[in-house]
Amino acid sequence: MAAELKPRATREAYGEALLELGKRHDNVVALDADLAGSTKSGQFAKAFPERFFNVGVAEANMMAMAAGFAIGGKVPYASTFAVFATGRAYDQVRQSIAQPRLPVRVCASHGGLTVGEDGCTHQSIEDIGLMRLLPNMKVVVPADFNQTYGAVLESYKTEGPMYIRTGRPKTPFLYPEPPATLGRGADVLREGSDISLLACGIMVVRALEAAEELKKRDISAEVVNVSIIKPIDVDTVAASLAKTGCAVTAEEHSIIGGLGDAVQEVAAEYCPVRIGRLGIKDVFGKSGTPDQLLEEFHLTTEHMVGLAEQVLASGK
Amino acid sequence: MVTEAGSGHPGGSLSSADIVTALFFHTMNHRPDEPKWPDRDRFILSKGHCAPVLYAALARSGYFPVCDLLNLRKIDCHLQGHPDMNKTRGVEISSGSLGQGLSVSVGMALAMRLDGLPGQIFTLMGDGESQEGEVWEAVMAGAHYKLSNLTAIVDANGLQIDGFTRDVMNVEPLPAKFEAFGWTAKAIDGHDMAQTVEVLDWSRSVDGPVAIIAKTVKGKGVSFMENQAGWHGKAPTVKEAEQAIMELRGEAVPGSETPAEGETVGG
Repeated sequence: MAAELKPRATREAYGEALLELGKRHDNVVALDADLAGSTKSGQFAKAFPERFFNVGVAEANMMAMAAGFAIGGKVPYASTFAVFATGRAYDQVRQSIAQPRLPVRVCASHGGLTVGEDGCTHQSIEDIGLMRLLPNMKVVVPADFNQTYGAVLESYKTEGPMYIRTGRPKTPFLYPEPPATLGRGADVLREGSDISLLACGIMVVRALEAAEELKKRDISAEVVNVSIIKPIDVDTVAASLAKTGCAVTAEEHSIIGGLGDAVQEVAAEYCPVRIGRLGIKDVFGKSGTPDQLLEEFHLTTEHMVGLAEQVLASGK
Repeated sequence: MVTEAGSGHPGGSLSSADIVTALFFHTMNHRPDEPKWPDRDRFILSKGHCAPVLYAALARSGYFPVCDLLNLRKIDCHLQGHPDMNKTRGVEISSGSLGQGLSVSVGMALAMRLDGLPGQIFTLMGDGESQEGEVWEAVMAGAHYKLSNLTAIVDANGLQIDGFTRDVMNVEPLPAKFEAFGWTAKAIDGHDMAQTVEVLDWSRSVDGPVAIIAKTVKGKGVSFMENQAGWHGKAPTVKEAEQAIMELRGEAVPGSETPAEGETVGG
């Protein structure tokens, strides 16, 4: 862990990388739906006002407009909160972006419960599932500032549509530098032999902490940062499952449709092992501080340790 | 075409046939042998279910062989039930879920403006389609960005799947609505070719976006289809299709007591 760096939000990395892309490429355009200050697209807006389009509170129009920009040869980055980018504008993302395989980057900030006090209306717990269901759609959930920065820079060259989920809260650094590439999207951050901890987003740092705690209990945990949820890196995931024989997945998302399901699908097809899914248990969120919510919805390091022990106790 | 397919949308295709004809064979600068010519005008079919009229115009312009039309909606044919930009030569956007075409057009118009391209975008919508809220988000944006390179044409045939538009959910007065949003709006008779051609040409010269509300007759030119909501999405039988083609050609239909109305007769 790059502990010496002060925690920063992944949405801030989006804003900085978008600005850098704007400097590098004339055909990058950005759209936002009256949340440029929150999603951090505002930095791009300030530097390149002629290439920034604030469509107002109209997410459906924004997504279809982004498709129009892509048809016109631009590389559009369309940002808003995850809950609106996916749920509010699902049909536009489906029909006008995903089906025609247009290179639109749907950049969703404020993913998950850690939106905090705004409560369940603004907490996206199903966005990864919604996006994963769409053919052609690549789904990316980076784990820290640097990985987000690298992912956004890399996205410029990616063919077809992409969903990038970032978060509101400050998150510890895991990568000392922005990686040049996400590769195939499954990074083994810590080798282990007893159980695999497969996590995404803000849960990756908790997985590393859980592995440390498990070590104290003589359990060797392998930690895999799965930053590309779709297409998931089947080889790396299956190899880790085969090596350890059981796993816990962890995500700031419903246990239905997200990383947990994606890993279980790999397991079911290639390496059937016992898997415990740490996530939101098919309920909506509520108001509270991010930390209170993570505690109440069982998304802490301690809960991950507990689930890992439970999985191990039930036998491989 | 629709008879061969066994399904499809003849009503709205016929109501907009005169408009599409005016666009493809008079108004638009386009090169069927170079579909991606950057300086071309763009035709956007937002009401994607009227794919048959788009396909007919593309085929007759030379984008692909006319004989392809008989394979509409068939498993190995590029002519999908609703337009697919990645499958059919000359199709500018994939459409079919109503309400999105004008938004896509706004994005395209802005991209073209950034690149200094001269083309005009002509977006064909339905009056029933205008019930979609997204249409008005796009209308707002078109005015906000002062898109002089955007012309929207509403094929106002007054009918939708479940009946008359005024009964299902009244969208009128459309010209006043567009004007209130900051567009220049003009109502025309969408079957008066001279007027249609004149207004389409004029729309290029207007500062800001233009909405042309074209009053049309659903099922235009086919006596048994005209103004019948039931012909929104139903394929004619072989016999019905034969009669329809004869009527459209202005030929006498055997056994009919009154002369069939030809396509050049106003209505």
